[in-house]
Amino acid sequence: MWNEVLGATGFGLLWAVMTIGIYITYRILDVADLTVEGSITMGAAVCAVSITAGIDPYLSLLLAFAAGMAAGLCTGLLHTLLKIPPLLSGILTMIAAWSVNLRIMGKANVSLLKLSTVFTPVMEAFGMTKTVATIVVGAGVTLVLICFCYWFFGTEVGCAIRATGGNPNMARAQGINTNVMKILGLVLSNGLVAVSGALIAQSQSFADIQMGTGSIVIGLASLIIGEVLFGKGGFFKRLISLALGAITYRLIIAAVLHFGMNANDLKLFTAITVALALSLPVIKAKIQGGRKGA
Amino acid sequence: MLSIENLRIVFNAGTVNEKTALDGVSLTLEEGDFVTVIGGNGAGKSTLLNCVAGVYMPAQGKISIGGVDVTRMPEHKRAKLLGRVFQDPMMGTSGNMWIEENLALASRRGKLRTLRWGISNAERAEYKKQLATLGLGLEERLSTKVKLLSGGQRQALTLLMATMNKPKLLLLDEHTAALDPKTAATVLELSCRMVAEHGLTALMVTHNMRDAIACGNRLIMMQNGRIVLDIRGEEKKNLTVEMLLERFAAASGSELANDRMLLG
Repeated sequence: MWNEVLGATGFGLLWAVMTIGIYITYRILDVADLTVEGSITMGAAVCAVSITAGIDPYLSLLLAFAAGMAAGLCTGLLHTLLKIPPLLSGILTMIAAWSVNLRIMGKANVSLLKLSTVFTPVMEAFGMTKTVATIVVGAGVTLVLICFCYWFFGTEVGCAIRATGGNPNMARAQGINTNVMKILGLVLSNGLVAVSGALIAQSQSFADIQMGTGSIVIGLASLIIGEVLFGKGGFFKRLISLALGAITYRLIIAAVLHFGMNANDLKLFTAITVALALSLPVIKAKIQGGRKGA
Repeated sequence: MLSIENLRIVFNAGTVNEKTALDGVSLTLEEGDFVTVIGGNGAGKSTLLNCVAGVYMPAQGKISIGGVDVTRMPEHKRAKLLGRVFQDPMMGTSGNMWIEENLALASRRGKLRTLRWGISNAERAEYKKQLATLGLGLEERLSTKVKLLSGGQRQALTLLMATMNKPKLLLLDEHTAALDPKTAATVLELSCRMVAEHGLTALMVTHNMRDAIACGNRLIMMQNGRIVLDIRGEEKKNLTVEMLLERFAAASGSELANDRMLLG
């Protein structure tokens, strides 16, 4: 039981990186970006192939970051240059990424068993199990990225991205090139999602072509759980809440599995959770409206 | 300061819904001119302003601001020459950002945005001073999200943002139309004060004849995408609603029947 909790916490921290990426597009840019389903796998694929080729696991995270940014750039260009709606742009890149990812891996599944990962030095230095090492590395990476995002979105460029997402007309009137800002946001977001994919692949010791399927919903579920349970306060707290949301989501999943839910039903369960959470404002208004009417 | 030559813009060209929104408009503003623009719905007033701002690209004609040809310059680039306030109070500010963040965004209009921190302490002190001149108590609420402000407060803030870098041209697009009469009067008075204080060149679209007569040193009236009246100098100073209606009937050969313009 305790092991399950630790495992879920560590896994949640790896997914937290992805949740931060989704926050950038979904909340800051106000775009539901489906590219992430492809870029999370791309991060895993690039990382797995590089580690297999003998590249340092930490360096492979950077390569994954770059690959994810490239995927984000594709979506950004489709949307801004070719004026394709953002949702469709993301879907196009996601579909294209499937083929690209297969090309990168050369097959549908690359194993990392017995290879050194980012967790290995931590395990060896402190004599930790992989589960604990995952928590340590996951917490470290997440914290660094939260600090980075807090800084970045406070800079002049970061403020311009926030203004673009909040009110593009106003942003243009204030001399902001909204197209460049949208691309920047998508690039950064997908870079982070790919890093998350790379960490997940190293943690579970394989990269798989299927692993991105449904990840946008998992990311949204984590984001919304985080906002609802821990999201009050300033920007830094909101970023922390994303990590806590990702952990909570994994704990909930671990719990329902523990109590005997069929693992095949997980995606249905997640989708229903997200649909409920997203409709909370409407449900609340209906209930209050009903009371007023009565 | 602003020169528009033979501007023509057609919406839905080549379809049954084709509409010529501006039909050969020419207009020159000298530095310090404050021109009010009136006309009925569909006269082309807002289209004219949006063309100057770069929202629409004209089919024909030339626009230059402060000697710079901006005809083909994208909206975000020519923003450095302009200050804009919109009809919709939600449109000029970013609701999820703080008052000071909105001001900081505006103060960087036309400058390269870098990885420096988005606002400095020196700026904060300066914004406090400038907000105090609005007389709305906003100087005490620098870190309030703009979406919590009223429409009038948002328009006043937008006005401050639009005028802060002393733009070559201030564009006011029916910016009091969505406000209640009392707030509208306050915002209008504030606009006139700021234009005068900073010696700005301004173009103000309004539905309201009284406002158009009371503000500025020149008045133009538009109809069917053309400028049909251009009144300035002494004549503008002594203008009344009745005289304006007479001049309009004479110029266009039709009576002006628009209650909103008369009463507003």
